[in-house]
Amino acid sequence: MALTHHQYSPPILPRIVLTGIGLTSPNGNDLATHRAALLNGKSGVQDYEIRYVGKTLAGVCDYDALKHQNRREVRRGTRAGSIAIYSCNEAVIDSQIDWGAIDKSRVGIYMGVTEHGNVETENEVYELSQFDYDISVWNHFHNPRTVANNPAGEAALNMGITGPHYTLGAACAAGNNGLIQGAQMLQLGQCDIALAGGVSESIHTFGIFASFKSQGALAEHTDPIKASRPFDKARNGIVVSEGGCIYTLERLDDALARGARIYGEIVGHCINTDATDFVLPNPERQSECIGLALQRAGITPQDVDILSTHATGTLSGDIQEISALRRVFDPECKVSINNTKSFIGHCMGAAGALELAGNLPSFTDNVCHPTMNVDELDEDCSINGLVLNEAKQLENVEYIVNNSFGMLGINSTVVIKKFVP
Amino acid sequence: MSPAEIRAAVIDILETIAPDEDLSNLDDAKEFRDQMELDSMDFLDIVMELRKRYRVQVPEEDYENLVSMGSTVSYLEPKMADIPAE
Repeated sequence: MALTHHQYSPPILPRIVLTGIGLTSPNGNDLATHRAALLNGKSGVQDYEIRYVGKTLAGVCDYDALKHQNRREVRRGTRAGSIAIYSCNEAVIDSQIDWGAIDKSRVGIYMGVTEHGNVETENEVYELSQFDYDISVWNHFHNPRTVANNPAGEAALNMGITGPHYTLGAACAAGNNGLIQGAQMLQLGQCDIALAGGVSESIHTFGIFASFKSQGALAEHTDPIKASRPFDKARNGIVVSEGGCIYTLERLDDALARGARIYGEIVGHCINTDATDFVLPNPERQSECIGLALQRAGITPQDVDILSTHATGTLSGDIQEISALRRVFDPECKVSINNTKSFIGHCMGAAGALELAGNLPSFTDNVCHPTMNVDELDEDCSINGLVLNEAKQLENVEYIVNNSFGMLGINSTVVIKKFVP
Repeated sequence: MSPAEIRAAVIDILETIAPDEDLSNLDDAKEFRDQMELDSMDFLDIVMELRKRYRVQVPEEDYENLVSMGSTVSYLEPKMADIPAE
């Protein structure tokens, strides 16, 4: 008889908590600023121009790279590496860990990316074209810039971290997946501190814009801040954005022992696969992913207070996710449903981690930030609980569920519980 | 290019490669490494920039000539003499 997850009961694992957040998003370079922007309807999408594609739109970050790198390091490294360095350093500072005193071989990095190497390869090929394809001008830094572990590796180099570093390729589910792997490695005892989440430099590759455009899935709007509009009838595609969000994760006992501030506890998660299409999502698999994450958290759909959707503003993708949610949540559920991409566009590898971060303050203020830009709700995206255009005051937020899905049918859901000492 | 122009061109390259360094008091007689932070990757970058900007080829066996500003300018002088100043 085949072994399934239903038959295997894992041992009781250590509890994992979030004790630090470092982020850069198109509308804020720390959690407080980002959260305020989400509550005040501040977008981060702007006019943007990129080679070959020309004028388009994007979510651009303006963090201070020189806060944690010198100019030479910025020049040598990649944008994803720089975002990773900024986010990881900020996550450690935010956690108030005595960084100088800890054993760096017990720190691990688990960083999700949608893609890596496209930016650097495109730039290098363009440079080559300016020299009649004379291969002797090909940059000797091309390899360290494009190896798949680059973003996490640059952060490790910058911070002197000698424990494991992983860069996880997981399309647009990557931010959640980084978080999940960080938690698992802490549970396995592979590290004592995990820096986990995701980063994206995707706005610097023309290929991603051009490919979405060819697919009919690149957002267009005369007003940049109205371009990213999941669930709205007039939505017409994705706004590509850059960003980063890294969490400091620790085992609960360690966090309590040092008196750490705890943002929340990772109580459930699931990663599964559609196995049906390169691009088109599968609501049945998505609903299974959400359901299994809730089951592992030991809760039911009735317990969920806030669900952060993955919806990107494509015509079919948004409908498919709502269809998945309808399978999980019956109309009587109290769940409030929102979307972060409507503010900042799609931060790709960072999206999952960032979209969770912007919701975590709800554990303390009990406010659910809205989905903006929904002027006319698409009936096919209608579901009870959607929080549209204005923030909603809730009574008590105990569970936040964060969806993040990606191409090749990768789905991920994370369940975070409010931590009460 | 005159030696002074070659020197200015090398300074310009160094400013790109080592943007954190103050090059205003660079001593031409002293080795670069004794005055600024330059590693082997930076030297490869200097060679690459000379190739890209001036089409000057510096073969590996000649890298030792790039040890100081003085030796670099002397080495580049015959190679860059026919390049018009910018």
